[in-house]
Amino acid sequence: MRIALFITCVNDTLFPDTGRHVVRLLERLGHEVVFPEGQTCCGQMHYNTGYRRPAAKLAVRFVRTFEDADAVVVPSGSCAAMIRDNYPRLGGSGSRLSRKVAGLAPRVYDLTELLVDVLGVTDVGAYYPHKVAYHPTCHGLRMLGLGDRPYALLRAVRGLELVELAGATECCGFGGTFALKNGDVSSAMGADKARHAVESGAEVLCAVDNSCLMHIGGTLSRQRSGLRVAHIAEILASTEKEDALR
Amino acid sequence: MSATFLGIPPFPEAARAAVNDSRLRHNLRKATHTIRDKRGAVVTELEEDWERLRSEGAAIKSHTLRHLDHYLEQLEAAVERAGGHVHWAADAAEANAIVTRLVRETGETDVVKVKSMATQEIELNDALAEAGITAYETDLAELIVQLGDDLPSHILVPAIHLGRSQIREIFLDQMAEWGVAAPEGLTDDPRALAEAARVHLRERFLRTRTAISGANFAVADSGTLVVLESEGNGRMCLTLPETLISVVGIEKIVPTWADLEVFLQTLPRSSTGERMNPYTSTWTGVTPGDGPQEFHLVLLDNGRTDVLADTVGRQALRCIRCSACLNTCPVYERTGGHAYGSVYPGPIGAILTPQLRGMSSEVDEALPYASSLCGACYEVCPVAIDIPEVLVHLREEVASGPGHLGEKAVMKGAEAVLGSSHALAAAQRAAGAARNLVPRHLPGMAGAWTDTRDLPGVPAESFRQWWNKHEKGQS
Repeated sequence: MRIALFITCVNDTLFPDTGRHVVRLLERLGHEVVFPEGQTCCGQMHYNTGYRRPAAKLAVRFVRTFEDADAVVVPSGSCAAMIRDNYPRLGGSGSRLSRKVAGLAPRVYDLTELLVDVLGVTDVGAYYPHKVAYHPTCHGLRMLGLGDRPYALLRAVRGLELVELAGATECCGFGGTFALKNGDVSSAMGADKARHAVESGAEVLCAVDNSCLMHIGGTLSRQRSGLRVAHIAEILASTEKEDALR
Repeated sequence: MSATFLGIPPFPEAARAAVNDSRLRHNLRKATHTIRDKRGAVVTELEEDWERLRSEGAAIKSHTLRHLDHYLEQLEAAVERAGGHVHWAADAAEANAIVTRLVRETGETDVVKVKSMATQEIELNDALAEAGITAYETDLAELIVQLGDDLPSHILVPAIHLGRSQIREIFLDQMAEWGVAAPEGLTDDPRALAEAARVHLRERFLRTRTAISGANFAVADSGTLVVLESEGNGRMCLTLPETLISVVGIEKIVPTWADLEVFLQTLPRSSTGERMNPYTSTWTGVTPGDGPQEFHLVLLDNGRTDVLADTVGRQALRCIRCSACLNTCPVYERTGGHAYGSVYPGPIGAILTPQLRGMSSEVDEALPYASSLCGACYEVCPVAIDIPEVLVHLREEVASGPGHLGEKAVMKGAEAVLGSSHALAAAQRAAGAARNLVPRHLPGMAGAWTDTRDLPGVPAESFRQWWNKHEKGQS
C-alpha cells in the first residue's frame, strides 16, 4: 500500500527518529511511504490556544497537501485527533474546507490504527528485549479511541515484557501551551506520571505521542530517574537483526 | 459568611500556592479518587444504558433551553396555581433584594438554608447579613465552611479541601458562637464529628421558621421543585419552617415529571457514586396543614440568557451540578476549588464562570486556560457537555481581545514559520546549527518548562533533511 506520512512539526524538528522508525517499519512490512514536501503543521497549537484563523489556514494547507493520499499515517495521537475531531469544527457548515475534511479525515490514521485496522497486522516482527510500560495519551485514549490496539501491538513484540502503569488514563499534564501557561500544575501532573512510570518497574515508557513523552521524559531526566521514554514506533521498528536506526 | 472570592489572584498564580500545599494535595487526592472510583463502579454496572441515559439527559436539557421562554411561563403559572408566588430576578442584586424583603416580611432575623449553588453565586448570605438577618447553613460541609469563615471549594463537597482534624478544630472553636457548642473532648472520628453537627443543627431546625433553598430541578408542567441531598438536613429545612424561599437558576427547568426519571438515575451516580439518592424532596406550592404555608420561588437569570445566546457556550447550561468533572479533573485534583476564584470550580467552573461574569478581568480570562484539554471531564459528564470544546471557544474570545501581546507575537511568528514548508525547513536548519547553544534554563515564559523539566536535545538534522537523503538512497 502507498502511505503518505504526515510527520508533524514537532516530530520533524525535534524527534526525526520517530519518522525514520515509521518509514523503516512500514517499508519492512512491504509498503511504500511517501512524504509530501509541502506539509508543515496540523495547527493544533494555534487552535488549542484560541488562535482559530491561523489554525484554519494550516488546516487548509494540510488538506491541500494530503487530499489525494490513499492513507495518511500520523505518528502523533493528538495531531491525528486534531485533524479528525477538530478540523470539522474549523470550517463553517457547507464550506469548502468542511467538505474536503469530510472526505479526507476518514483516511487519516494514528500509526497503531493504520497497522491494526488498515494493514491488518498486530505482529510486526519486532524484537525489543525490555520491560515496557505504555502511557495511553489523552487524545489517543479519548478522542481517537485507540483502545487495545497499542497494547496488542506491544504484546506481539518478541522479548518485550509489558508492565502495568498505575493511573494510566490520567493526563500527564503536557497540554501544549498549558505546560507554559500553567507550568506549576503541569509540572505537578508530570511528576505524578513520572512517579507511576518509575514505580511500574519499566525500563522504557512508551506512547503514541512525542509531545507527551517530551514532557514526561523531561521530568524523568531532570529527576535522574534512569527511565527512558520512546515513541511506540521505535519499539515496533526494532528487530533482532538490527536496531531500527543502525 | 464574610469570606469572599474577591482578591483571589488569576488561576496560574493561585494554583501555584495550592500545588505547593502538601496537606491540601493529600486531602484532594484522597477525596477525589474515592468518589471517582465509586462513580466508575456504579456507572459501569449500567453498561450501555448509561450512554442512553446520558444522551437523553443532554437532549431533555437542550430541548428545554431552546424553548426556555415557554417552559418558564408554564412553570410560573403552575407554581401560582399551586399557591406559590413567583419572583423574577435579572441579577444578583435583584435576587438578594427580593429575598431580603421576603424574609423581612416574615419578621424573622434567622433563616436556615439548604445547600444551594445559586445562593452562593449571588452571595445571598452576605446580603442578608447586611440587612441584619443571619443565614445558617445546614449542609454538613457547608456548615464547616461557614463556621471556618472559609470558602467552598467544591460544588458537592464544599469542604473537600479540609481533613477531619481541621474540621474538629473548627467545631471546637466556632460552634458555640453560632449555637449549640461542640461537646467537650470531641475527637476527629467522623461519627463523632457528624453527631456534633447533628446536635448543633437539630436545635436550629426546630427553632427557625423561615428557610431558603435552591433546587436541582423545577418541573414546568406541575410547578414542582426538587432537591437531592444525602443527609436529610435539606428535608428538615424544606418541611419544618412556615415560610420557604427557593432561589433557582432559570436553566434548572425540566418539562415534565417523567423527565426526572433520567436525572434521578444519572445525578446520584455521577455525584456521590450512589445508585439511588438518599433524600429526594419534592414540593409543589403549598398544602394546608402540611409543610411551609408560604412558598416563594425566585427565578434567577444573572447572566444565563447571555450564555444562552452563545451557540457553542450554551451547552454549559445543561449542567446538573453533579461535580463528576471536578472529581475526575487532574487539574482540579492538584489545585482544589479556591484557585478558580468562583463558587463554580473545576472544569465546569472554567467554562461557566467566565460566561456568567464575562471575561473583563484577569481572573476570568485565565479560567478557559485552566485545563490541559485531556477530555476526562467530557467523558464523565452525565449531560455530555463538551467542556473542551467550550474551553477552546472561550480561549478564542480571550485571544481575540486586547492584551497578551507577547503570546500574539509568538503565535504570529509560528504562523509565519509553519505557513510554508521552506520557512519551516529554514528554521529547522537554524535550530540544528544552534543546537549546542540552547541553555539548560530558558528565560521568560519558557522558564515554566525548564524549571522542572529538561529540554529535548535539538537533532542535527530534521526529518525532512533525512528524508531527502533517504530518497536519494544516501541513508
